[in-house]
Amino acid sequence: MFAGFMINAWTVATIVAVIAGVVGFFVVLRGSAFPAHAIPNGAFAGAAGASLIGVNTLVGLGVFSVLAALGIGALGRRGRHDVVTALALVVMLALGAVFLSQTTQYEPEIFSLLFGEVLGVASNEIVPVALLGVVCIAALIVLYRPLILSSAVPDVGEAKGVSSQRMEMAFLVVVALTTAMTVPVVGALLIFSLMIGPPAAARSFTDRPAVAIVLSVGIALVTVWAAIAISFLSNWPIGFFVGVFSASSYGVGRGWAAWRRTRMVRSAD
Amino acid sequence: MHFVFEPGFFSSHPVHVAFIVGSIVAVVSAVVGVFTVMRGQSFAGHSLADVSTAGGSGALLIGLNPLLGFVAGGVAGAGAMEMIGVRRARGRDLATGIVLGASIGLAALFLYLGTTRSSTTGASQQILFGSIFSTDSSTVPIVVVFSVVCLGIIAFVRRPLLLSSVSTDIAAARGVPLRLVGLLYMLALALAVGLSSLAIGAILSTALLIGPAAIALRLTNRIGWAMVAACVIGVVATLLGVLLAYDSYDWNSRHAAWPVSFFIVVIIFLLYLSTELPLVRTVVARRREEGACLQDS
Repeated sequence: MFAGFMINAWTVATIVAVIAGVVGFFVVLRGSAFPAHAIPNGAFAGAAGASLIGVNTLVGLGVFSVLAALGIGALGRRGRHDVVTALALVVMLALGAVFLSQTTQYEPEIFSLLFGEVLGVASNEIVPVALLGVVCIAALIVLYRPLILSSAVPDVGEAKGVSSQRMEMAFLVVVALTTAMTVPVVGALLIFSLMIGPPAAARSFTDRPAVAIVLSVGIALVTVWAAIAISFLSNWPIGFFVGVFSASSYGVGRGWAAWRRTRMVRSAD
Repeated sequence: MHFVFEPGFFSSHPVHVAFIVGSIVAVVSAVVGVFTVMRGQSFAGHSLADVSTAGGSGALLIGLNPLLGFVAGGVAGAGAMEMIGVRRARGRDLATGIVLGASIGLAALFLYLGTTRSSTTGASQQILFGSIFSTDSSTVPIVVVFSVVCLGIIAFVRRPLLLSSVSTDIAAARGVPLRLVGLLYMLALALAVGLSSLAIGAILSTALLIGPAAIALRLTNRIGWAMVAACVIGVVATLLGVLLAYDSYDWNSRHAAWPVSFFIVVIIFLLYLSTELPLVRTVVARRREEGACLQDS
């Protein structure tokens, strides 16, 4: 399980879990689950396009995910946010369908871009992932206070000169960067599970943002590590375990919150 | 004439089936979609396509009819979303996300088991992207039955549903059973989406659910008109898309036809963008003012 080729998998999964835990906290706080699903899912069309014209996959993913983020941000100003996200997603997927219809022999690659192949990560893929990860986390550290303010109480943020529109745009670009670097290694669908389940669970354990972020990273790490280990032993796809563990961690979080509430009610009596 | 309608277009059997299935699905999606857009549940509408895909691939694995899997998966997913859903829109999106994440994991497993046990190449691509041209004509009656059930549910709860979509507070004050109405609506949504993602693929399912309804609701505030407009937009976009895709077979020498989904999505997206044009916006705004004056007098 810790053989040479597995070291890359453990390393890259750890990096991805840390980033997903941090970015995911804001995704959950802002209620941006739909964009967080749409951007990675649609960006994989970019990968298909890149392979069609013979460019590096990472370029295709980056271009498509950033364009999607900017498009959702720009159109979302006047239209309903969820409608715009849905339309952006279907436009990207439809472009992906065109790219795929013009190529042949793409099937295994689709599966890996959607569901990931963390066990097949090459050493030279780790450095770009780590670098982009540092950029994302640095951006979130810079944006930390205004982002929390405009996510939790947008009106107060506006009054203090934090434009919620600009924050939305900046945040969507961070999600897009996260996407571009994680989709090739863990897949579009897995990164979404990691950005929703663990942070949502963490939020039901604590109200303090900093604690919740640390907790969310911790749960994401445990989820990913357990998923790799069990997937290695059972040979079943890693995405299955990540999806199920993420959802169950949220279930545990909800259970904990309910139990604490009843205990508080009882101690008040 | 041949420039627009390629020879053999009207006599082609797949085209007939595509026209029929596409139009039915477009109408059902448009009617349900008007409520989906009003309630801000586009995410649920899209996710149910993925969730029912997981059901479909599971059914394929154990040898059941995929349609059963699609519908069962969609209904189960909708129930789970509604159960863990919090009333606020943000909490609802989160619940949708959790259900979606879990069911994507299941889909990964089913597809993996499916490809290792039987070598059905192209299965994941087919399930994800679907194709209106590959619809079997024997599914037409089933599509009709489920469509009628779905429209029946919407017709049954139309008034409380409309009220609770416009304002949950007023609906609650009037004694509308919000949970029951929400559940019935989610059931109709699951049926519509499960059906359409089987018949025409997950991309088009979302496009036809959200697109026409969103365009219609930008043009009019009146719910009845919005439904009619959404149906017309959906059906026209579908028929045009089928026509263009059929023609695209001859666009390049390799005869690699472009996917129908691409054309339909582009038509819908361009229509949506056109509602952003200053001209359209002023006309709509003026008509709304006139409407308001008429109502006042």
